[in-house]
Amino acid sequence: MIPFQYVKPSKQKAAIDTVAKDDTAMFIAGGTNLVDLMKRGIMNPEKLVDINKLPLRKIEKEDGHVRIGALALNGAVAEDKLILEKHPLLSQALNAGASAQLRNMATVGGNIMQRTRCNYFYDTNLPCNKREPGSGCGALQGFNRMHAIFGHSDKCIAVNPSDMNVALVALDAVVLVSGPKGDRRIPFAEFHRLPGDTPQIHTNLQKGELITAVDIPEHPYTKHVNYLKVRDRTSYAFALVSVAAALDLDGSNIKSARLAMGGVAHKPWRLQEAEQFLAGKPATEASFRQAAEIAMRGAKAFEHNQFKLKLGPNTIVQALKNAAAAV
Amino acid sequence: MRQQPCNPSHFMKEYFFQDNMGKPMDRVDGRLKVTGGAKYSAEFELPNMSHGVLVGSTITKGRIKSIDTKAAERAPGVLAVLHYQNSPKVPGYVQAAHPTEPKPIGQQHRVFYDEQVYFNDQPIAIVVADTLERARYAARLVKAQYEEEKHATSFPKHQGKAFLPTAAQRNPKHGLNDYVRGKADAYKGENLKIESEYVIPSEMHNPMELQSIIAHWEAPDRLTVYDKTQAVIGSQNAFAREWKIPVENVKVIATFVGGAFGNGLHTWPHETAAIIAAKKVNRPVKLMLTREQMFTMVGYRPFAWQKVGMSATPDGKITAITHEAIGQTSSYEEFTESTLQQTRMMYTSPNVTTRYRILPLDVSTPIWMRGPGEATGAFALESAMDEMAHVLKMDPLEFRLKNHTDRDPERNLPWSTKFLKEAMLMGAEKIGWNKRQLQPGSLRNGDWLVGYGMGVGTFGAHRNRASAKATMFADGRVVIQSATTDIGPGTGTVMVQIAADALGISPDKIIFELGNSLFPPAPSQGGSATVASVGSAVRDACIALKKKLASLTTGNADSGFRNAKYEDLTFQNGQISLTSSPGTKLSYTDVLKQQKLPEIEVTEESRPSNEERQKYSMYSFSVHFAEVQVHQLTGQVKVTKVVTCADAGKIVNKKTAGNQMIGGAVGGIGMALTEGAVIDDRFGRYVTKDFAEYHIPVHADTPDIDVVFVDKPDFINNAMGTKGIGEIAIIGVAPAITNAIFNATGKRINELPVTPDKLI
Ligand SMILES: Cc1cc2nc3c(=O)[nH]c(=O)nc-3n(C[C@H](O)[C@H](O)[C@H](O)COP(=O)(O)OP(=O)(O)OC[C@H]3O[C@@H](n4cnc5c(N)ncnc54)[C@H](O)[C@@H]3O)c2cc1C
Repeated sequence: MIPFQYVKPSKQKAAIDTVAKDDTAMFIAGGTNLVDLMKRGIMNPEKLVDINKLPLRKIEKEDGHVRIGALALNGAVAEDKLILEKHPLLSQALNAGASAQLRNMATVGGNIMQRTRCNYFYDTNLPCNKREPGSGCGALQGFNRMHAIFGHSDKCIAVNPSDMNVALVALDAVVLVSGPKGDRRIPFAEFHRLPGDTPQIHTNLQKGELITAVDIPEHPYTKHVNYLKVRDRTSYAFALVSVAAALDLDGSNIKSARLAMGGVAHKPWRLQEAEQFLAGKPATEASFRQAAEIAMRGAKAFEHNQFKLKLGPNTIVQALKNAAAAV
Repeated sequence: MRQQPCNPSHFMKEYFFQDNMGKPMDRVDGRLKVTGGAKYSAEFELPNMSHGVLVGSTITKGRIKSIDTKAAERAPGVLAVLHYQNSPKVPGYVQAAHPTEPKPIGQQHRVFYDEQVYFNDQPIAIVVADTLERARYAARLVKAQYEEEKHATSFPKHQGKAFLPTAAQRNPKHGLNDYVRGKADAYKGENLKIESEYVIPSEMHNPMELQSIIAHWEAPDRLTVYDKTQAVIGSQNAFAREWKIPVENVKVIATFVGGAFGNGLHTWPHETAAIIAAKKVNRPVKLMLTREQMFTMVGYRPFAWQKVGMSATPDGKITAITHEAIGQTSSYEEFTESTLQQTRMMYTSPNVTTRYRILPLDVSTPIWMRGPGEATGAFALESAMDEMAHVLKMDPLEFRLKNHTDRDPERNLPWSTKFLKEAMLMGAEKIGWNKRQLQPGSLRNGDWLVGYGMGVGTFGAHRNRASAKATMFADGRVVIQSATTDIGPGTGTVMVQIAADALGISPDKIIFELGNSLFPPAPSQGGSATVASVGSAVRDACIALKKKLASLTTGNADSGFRNAKYEDLTFQNGQISLTSSPGTKLSYTDVLKQQKLPEIEVTEESRPSNEERQKYSMYSFSVHFAEVQVHQLTGQVKVTKVVTCADAGKIVNKKTAGNQMIGGAVGGIGMALTEGAVIDDRFGRYVTKDFAEYHIPVHADTPDIDVVFVDKPDFINNAMGTKGIGEIAIIGVAPAITNAIFNATGKRINELPVTPDKLI
């Protein structure tokens, strides 16, 4: 960790201006990701702008959507009545992440922005194009058990580690941001990027832009939902593969479905073709299996993550089964 | 089961089995621990303290060409930056080519000795500053240039280069030599046989408390350290030798140890580095490793490859076992462990062959990790037992009972005690073993396949020389001191129980002090030997104290005890009475008051009897049963129940002993399902260096664990009847779980850990 300045403005504009103007400044919310990265010398901000004084903590029902403030805590969102009632998939995804202690510190904005857990990104003595553009991708020929099977490039095969993001992309959430040039709304699916040739840029957020809230539009997926996370230990581990599944059922027929995966790509991975396939099909294991096969089209694995080609579809099937059976 | 030979002379008169032995007494330090009152090494504050941070090498093998410390030296608060070029010389370093012979205590790596790099993250410099933050920052500014050499860190790639440990090559009688009973590799010619290979990755101890030390030179030849160690005397000797100062000039304090599992059994580079730094800056230096450093320089359970061949008769009698093992070590030290010991003594088999080899790699030296060697060996042997039983279409419990042995077949001696059969039957009953089906994949619970498995463990019931000092004060308080440590098993608590019974006073009058090298010497807390060793010393000191009380009483003309002999007296409830006339009594406090003595004091040393150890084979035994569920689609494993049973002699405290068994079972779950450290061989560097990547089990991985104790004393081992628990708690747990997974799924995964990807 390098010596840094710390400020805690109470005005949103001041916070944004500080970060927009200063190349070395960063926002800090719960600090559960950023402080770790600073300790290891992976991120070295010279100024931290603590946003915890900003009034961005509310979870409210508004016209056509629920709005979650960027500073709402992961734990608070997961247990919120409105969320449990309207967006139980989000609640399940949040509870599958980290530990109770971390969820009580971590914010929604910070969770969206958390960096990859790639082993090579995490060690400043190993190559990583994301941390040090041009140094090479350590994982490509290295230990890549946790890595991507979709959307990777030869520059980077890291995955987005968030559970919450998988539910948010499935639910068509929108990220509200405010920046030096004003406010804008970014659909969740367009918020994170694929690595391409610039893996160092991990989202489409511009310098100085602050996430203020997330909107989740109304949807019918309030009952038949499941977030299934397969991991190396039962709790407190990142996903090998996770699946957010939501079904709108008419008896035993599927009216519509939402499906997304975590642990497989540089961004939360929405499976729209599989969703379309499921619409109008009977909610049976056979339909789920076919949808899973569609979902896996184009997947390409590496030395240590071949298993994801099988675990991925299996997890999709199981998550859909769980969702269909949910009462 | 056959009656064990019992020598009545072992039932010593002093031993009453009074109220306290066996009681689930609360930990004497429990309150301190949960209220933050317990002080661990790094929590001590000394005047003028400074802070050290290590800089690790970024290459795996080669030479340091140059080291640039200018920026670090200029950084605020920095007091010194030390490395091989400017470090104060450590007089005790061996001045030869890098030594490779193993050392019983201390360690071979000479930190800041020369420009050689032997493993990745080897400490190459220490930065000392006035605050931790400043030291940490400056440490990042140190830059080294290297001349890199080709390294070897992949075990499988280099497996062919394994060899017999030098100690065994030199001495044909050494226990690590090849062993043949009957005919070598006899299983090969048999019809009913199995042959399998097993791989266990390196596992890190990762106790909660990070390795830390405060080094303080109180004078140029007087060193005090607050150190995380399992061996205050061992560390004292190691540091005295390193600095060529008298042993009594070195004081080592380890009042509380926050878990260790073996990695506090040696001294390590960071300790010497802090001592060097304290010498240079002439201030106390505090150094605490980071979690990442805990992976690279303080030992680990070595990567191991094993192969077992076994044959049996159709009715289930084992005819031959061959067990081979290769363990990883460093390039500068030959670390060995007794991986194959149990294969030679656990089952009746006329033909047994074992071969042990080591494979030096460019890594730091391993160190014993809970159930060292045996836990590794048991994974192979107990998996093979399950495989053999499956081939024979026999229940694995029945198979083990059929091959149970009432004498040690290796040494051809009787056991001091062995109640493994009882333990097996008790455990089988408790887990509901009768639900187990011979055919794998027969039981299910919805999408989950259900299976049952078992594994047996054993570990030598060791006892070592130890001493203790007991002081009784006129107000009735007793303080007992011994230079042992308590890394978590509850040593402080059971010593109070042992003393309370030996003295015939209430436990709340007794204080047991440990973790200080000024106290009478005791061995390191390792090898499950503390109760047998230190407990015996405590007991002997208490008996000596009673004898002293007796002599004060019987020598007193006025007392009713005149001319009574020690043997005529009863010591109970803080009083001495005449056994023949219980009305004649005197309290201990009155004895001291009458004699106007503020206190009486004794120091006793207690040793195991070599003669008994020649006549009997002494082992603790355990058997573990697991019920697991495996998800058919996702490969997730849920351990739904564990029953863990110990034949560990008399149980002094059911609560702390139960705690040991539960902790061992959790460790075994980690070994079976989650733990494994990974090196990227291209760089020779660990890529799993924190708790997000190296998975120790969490509560959600841990089911209800039932603990069963046979609780039958072994008076041949020691007068309290105890045998060790710490190691057998984990030995055999991993195969119980993997055998259960086989029973559930029909899949035999012999490469640990069994993560979901291996089961789909
Ligand atoms: C041991 C461990 C295990 C974990 N396991 C999981 C897991 O299983 N699943 C999972 O999903 N997550 C897991 N996490 C990650 C955790 O969810 C994140 O650390 C947390 O969500 C980050 O939130 P924060 O508020 O603490 O962010 P901070 O650390 O404060 O910030 C993270 C980043 O977000 C930026 N930022 C924060 N708020 C804003 C904002 N409003 N606008 C713009 N930028 C912002 C910061 O500048 C920084 O770059 C784990 C973390 C740890 C330490």
